[in-house]
Amino acid sequence: MSGRVGIIGIGQSAFRSRRDDASYPDLVREATTLALNDAKLDLDGIEAVVYSLSPDAMVGIGNAERVGVDAVGARNKRFLRINTGGATGISSVAAAYYHVAAGACDVVLTAGADKVGECGDSQTVLNKIWDPTYERQLPLGTINMLAMSAVRYMHKYGMTEEDMARVVVKNRSQAAKNPNAHLRRETTIEEVFASRYISWPIKLFDCCPQSSGGCAMVLASESYIKERNLDAVWITGVGHCSETYYIGDRMGTGFTADHADAYALSRCFARSYKMAGITEPRKQVHVAELYAPFSNTEFHSIEAAGLADPGQAPAMLREGDFQLGGAIPVNASGGVLCTNAIAVTAMVRVAEVALQVWGRAGGHQAQGARVGIASGNGGDHQFFGTIVVEA
Amino acid sequence: MELLKRQETWNITYTHALGETASWFFVQLRDHAKLYGKRDAKSGRVLVPPRAFSDQTLEPTTDWVEVGPGGKIETFSIVYEEFNGLPPPPYAFGYVQLDNADTAIGGFFKGVDLTDPKAASEKLRIGTRVVTKFAEKRTGDVLDFWFEPV
Repeated sequence: MSGRVGIIGIGQSAFRSRRDDASYPDLVREATTLALNDAKLDLDGIEAVVYSLSPDAMVGIGNAERVGVDAVGARNKRFLRINTGGATGISSVAAAYYHVAAGACDVVLTAGADKVGECGDSQTVLNKIWDPTYERQLPLGTINMLAMSAVRYMHKYGMTEEDMARVVVKNRSQAAKNPNAHLRRETTIEEVFASRYISWPIKLFDCCPQSSGGCAMVLASESYIKERNLDAVWITGVGHCSETYYIGDRMGTGFTADHADAYALSRCFARSYKMAGITEPRKQVHVAELYAPFSNTEFHSIEAAGLADPGQAPAMLREGDFQLGGAIPVNASGGVLCTNAIAVTAMVRVAEVALQVWGRAGGHQAQGARVGIASGNGGDHQFFGTIVVEA
Repeated sequence: MELLKRQETWNITYTHALGETASWFFVQLRDHAKLYGKRDAKSGRVLVPPRAFSDQTLEPTTDWVEVGPGGKIETFSIVYEEFNGLPPPPYAFGYVQLDNADTAIGGFFKGVDLTDPKAASEKLRIGTRVVTKFAEKRTGDVLDFWFEPV
C-alpha cells in the first residue's frame, strides 16, 4: 500500500420518519451531492462508487442499486453494491477504503439511503432473514432476537431495565444537540418506563426509530490529498468478523460465543485496533459511535470495543463515563437508538466519528477528540465491521 | 404542492426443499412425536436443530441422538406488540436446551399467564425446567411442538 486513505467529504440527510418530498433515488442523490460539495469535487472526480444498500424489501424495490446508479452518477464508473444487513454502511466504507488502499483508485464515493418509514412491515421483512427450514415459523425479528440477548445479559451480569433506560436518556439528550438526528426530544427514566413493552424487556423507548434519509462519503489516497493540499481525516484501522448463524448455538453447553455478548465484535475490534496500533483503547480512544439499535446492545458493544470489562458497562454508564463530557463519549450523535435508516446507519457511525476527530461535529462535539472508533452489526450477530478514524 | 404516494404489496410464493437431514428430523417429529439432534464430530456437541454439517469443520455431522422431551430455558422474550403477518400478541417464545442436546432450539412457551410482564418473565427465567408438548395433529413443522414450564 502506497500511503494512507483519507476521508475528504461527508454528506448526511437530516433524518426523519418520512421524506414524502423525495423518492428513494432523490434521497441517494441528496446525500451524494452533500458529500461532493463537502469534498469540493465534481462528479468527474469520482472513479468508483460503492453502493450501500441492505435488504431490498425495506425500500420495496428489487435490486434498488439499479435505480440508484443514476443517483450516484456511476455511469462509466466502477460500481459495487454491498449488503451485510445492519453492517452494510460500514462494509461499504471498508470496500471504498480497499479500492484506494489497493491502489486501484485515488478517489471513491460510497453512498446510499433508506426509507424504512415507507415499509409498513419492517419486522415482517426482517422475519424473512431466518431460514425457512427450522425457524421461519417462529415470530423472530430483530427486536425479539436482541431482547433475547438482553435476557441473557441481565442473567449473566445483572443489568436492569433502569440501566437500559439510562442509555436511552443519554442518547436522546445527545441527539437533541445533533440537527441530523431523527428522535431529538430529551426523555427521562420515568418516561422510558411508562412506554409500552414491545418485546420484554425492550420497551418502545428502548427501540430505534424507522428513519428515512441518506449518507455519502468520499475517500481518497494520501498522495491525492497531499498534492491538492486537501483537508482530511484518516482511516487507520479496518476490521471485519463474522459469527455462525444459529442463535441457539450461542447458549446451552460448550458454546464458543454467548448470545449475551458480542464476541465476534470484540474480535473485529481487535483486528482494527491492531492495524491502528491501539493497544489500550480506554487510553487511546477519545470518542465512539457504536451500532446499537436497542438500548441493551450498547452495553455489549462498549465491552466488545474494550472500553469496559465484560458486565461493567452499565455501572460505568451510570457514572457518566460514556456521555458527552465523560471519559469516552459513546454515540454523541444520539446513535442508532435515535436514527436508523438501515442501509446507511453503519456509514453514519463512521461519518460521525470522522466529524468528531475533524472537530466539525458542532453542538455534539466531543472536545479534543483525535481518535474515534465506529462499528456496525448485521444479521443476528453475523457480520461486524469496525473502523478507526484519526485526525 | 400536493405530494402523492403509491401503495403496493409483495406476495411471493416459494417451495423450499428441506434436504435430507431436516426431512428425517421432521418425519420423526410428525410420525412419532420425537425430537433428534445430530453430533458434531469435532466438538462432540449434539446440534439441535440437526444440521447436515459442522459449522466448525464443514465435515458431515455423525450420529442421530434422541433429545428431550425435558429441557431448560436458555433465553426468551414476551412479545406485546402486534406485527403484520406475525401472531397476535401477547406470546412468549425462546430457546430451550433439551436433555441430551448441547445447543438450544426455538419454540413457543405456553401455559404461562402473560398479562403481567414482570410476573411472566419470572416464570420463564433462564434455567427454568420445561417439558416439550406435541400437537395431536402434526404436519412436520416446528409448530408441532412447544414448551411448558414443569
